[in-house]
Amino acid sequence: MKQVLVALVEDKPGVLNRIASLFRRRNFNIESIVAGHSETPGTSRITIATDEEEHLRRNIIRHNLLKLINVIDVVDVTDRPCVIREQALIKVRADGSIRGEVGDLVKIYRARIVDVSTASLIVEVTGEPDKIDSLIEVLTPFGVVEIMRTGKVAMIRGAVNSSDQEEVIRWKNGNGRNHKQAKK
Amino acid sequence: MANSKRTLKGAEIVWECLIREGVETVFGYPGGAILPVYDALADYSDRIHHVLVRHEQGAAHMADGYARASGKVGVAMATSGPGAVNLITGMATAMMDSSPMVCITGQVPTNVLGSDAFQETDITGATLPVTKHSYLVMEVDSLANVIREAFYIARTGRPGPVLIDIPKDVQNDVTELDYPTDPIDLPGYHPPEQATDEEVAAVLELINGADRPLVLSGHGVLMSGARDALIAIIEKADIPVTTTLLGNDSLPHSHPLNLGMMGMHGNASANHAIQEADLIIACGMRFDDRVTGKLKTYSPNSRKIHIDIDASELNKNVRVDVAINADLATVLAQIKPGVKQRKRTEWLKTIQAWQKDATQRDVLQLESETLLGAQVIRSICDHIPDDALIVTDVGQHQMLEAQYYSHEQPHTLITSGGLGTMGFGFPAAIGASFHRADREIWAIVGDGGFQMTLHELGTAVQEQANVKIAIINNGYLGMVRQWQQMFYNAHYAETPISSPDYMKLAEAYGVPGYRVDRREDIEPTLKGARRHRGPVLIEFVVEQHEMVYPMVPAGADLHKMIRRPHPEETSV
Repeated sequence: MKQVLVALVEDKPGVLNRIASLFRRRNFNIESIVAGHSETPGTSRITIATDEEEHLRRNIIRHNLLKLINVIDVVDVTDRPCVIREQALIKVRADGSIRGEVGDLVKIYRARIVDVSTASLIVEVTGEPDKIDSLIEVLTPFGVVEIMRTGKVAMIRGAVNSSDQEEVIRWKNGNGRNHKQAKK
Repeated sequence: MANSKRTLKGAEIVWECLIREGVETVFGYPGGAILPVYDALADYSDRIHHVLVRHEQGAAHMADGYARASGKVGVAMATSGPGAVNLITGMATAMMDSSPMVCITGQVPTNVLGSDAFQETDITGATLPVTKHSYLVMEVDSLANVIREAFYIARTGRPGPVLIDIPKDVQNDVTELDYPTDPIDLPGYHPPEQATDEEVAAVLELINGADRPLVLSGHGVLMSGARDALIAIIEKADIPVTTTLLGNDSLPHSHPLNLGMMGMHGNASANHAIQEADLIIACGMRFDDRVTGKLKTYSPNSRKIHIDIDASELNKNVRVDVAINADLATVLAQIKPGVKQRKRTEWLKTIQAWQKDATQRDVLQLESETLLGAQVIRSICDHIPDDALIVTDVGQHQMLEAQYYSHEQPHTLITSGGLGTMGFGFPAAIGASFHRADREIWAIVGDGGFQMTLHELGTAVQEQANVKIAIINNGYLGMVRQWQQMFYNAHYAETPISSPDYMKLAEAYGVPGYRVDRREDIEPTLKGARRHRGPVLIEFVVEQHEMVYPMVPAGADLHKMIRRPHPEETSV
């Protein structure tokens, strides 16, 4: 199973660059990286997918991320129950004669057609990366013109927050503490 | 001290904040984009001494040397573009050796940032991999807090260099300085403190149960102030210790449990002990490839404990049984009461046999016509006080220093270990001299490395830095030549190197110069040089083909050292 990390970071210029630079420098491979605002103002949440299989190496990646000053927390969700989703836009070559056929396939995948022109249409699909791979495969015979995928986003199932929430709250209240236990 | 609120320019805030951080010396070089800061210096020059270097690389190495000598944060300053990039070698050196440093660079004004303006370099981008953290200050209101954070980050946790890049208009902008006094709390930065009870119990079980334990003592022992606790533990439990290059002064050399340095040019007895140990206790070191040799065969029969303040070092190169991410001095204090008093006579006897063999192979036992680097270094060691500071460059002389100089006191050695930066030694020694002007400081350098930064003689003379320069001149880039001899069929490509006439060089800069090429001249020359205050240059003309033994070839098993031939093997 590939590694999926969820990081909570300070929303400051250059943070994504620091993370990307770290992966390059340490010779770790990023499969996808997705960033956006989190529920806490001033912070962003980033989902990073890597191709690292080995447990100790995964831990090193996590600790290297934690070493970045602007990274507040990193959780390795690889082995935890979580929802992993990806979105894709797929432009398919399709004139009037096969539009119906493509439409049927799209329905099976619970995807949507979001744009239609005389010679093509755009399919929007959300789901596990496997599902997207599969849809692309069945659409390929029609002629895929362009694919745009977002990369994985991940969230742990249940009432817990993916990040060390206690840490975030303490920070907002201005109380520092020994972060050791949380980072382990 | 100043009132709580004053209206100041960014340039003035820089100096105000440096003073509040306890900075007394700044090493730097002015230029266009840092001019406002230099313009403001006049108002603060009674409290801060600025050292004008001859090249910004020198400023960074001096700040590093100052930091390592004083334990305080070293400060280097440069202008944008070329000035800033010239600091990079020094930042990379400090990063690898965990040296606390703050580099302040000027930057082009914010309105032209990103336009390839004159002397513009994206220095925060360029230095990402060689800094612990970096800041580009876009508004003057954040400047004071940035400087405060930078010093905090540089000196805490695993120390390292922090860059502050300040555009020229930010230096000129005016704001009310309301110096923050609340404790610094960075959401993503919390240096670890102590070990958990479970970790302490696991460590004690391993230590108390081991028959052949060995401590690996690194730079972290010195940086965390754990030396006394470590000595107490090893004496109580009779555990031998081997040191890394940067931990060479972490235990008195004469201590009976000190096996000396480990690794590529370490003592054979230390490397054998690592391979034969049943327990490795790694303290504040990071299993660099130069100390482990081939990882697959590294200390194959031992359980391993690793204590380090940087979590990303744990299980990085060597897989360990107990990994503790905490402050070393705190952990040692936690485990000390539980360590059982015990004699480990058998283990120590085994090690002593290895040590005896090494003594017989010692180069100092050889008769030689020419002067040997090892003799020079041993003589310097014998003639200068225990608290003298040795700063070395990189290469054969550095390894000979590590082998033949006996460091009895802590913090008596500064050397570029991780990065192996030639040209580091001399400027670092100048920087160190600003910590304590009365301290005896020796820069032991090779003829290759010295020529990389010898222009800092200008700085040394202008400041009358109390640095004795010992050039170990063998006319070669000696360590590279050694590799060529051993692994490249003695094909000495571009390793013979000429030198200027060092006596004329000394004369040109107005410093006393001595040349020594006979053994009997070493002592009187050292005595003469020591009587002189301020910079002195001594050239030791040594044997050209001396090799540093033992040597573990890169990537080889640690115990498969190439040894200097035993005298009985060579007496034909």
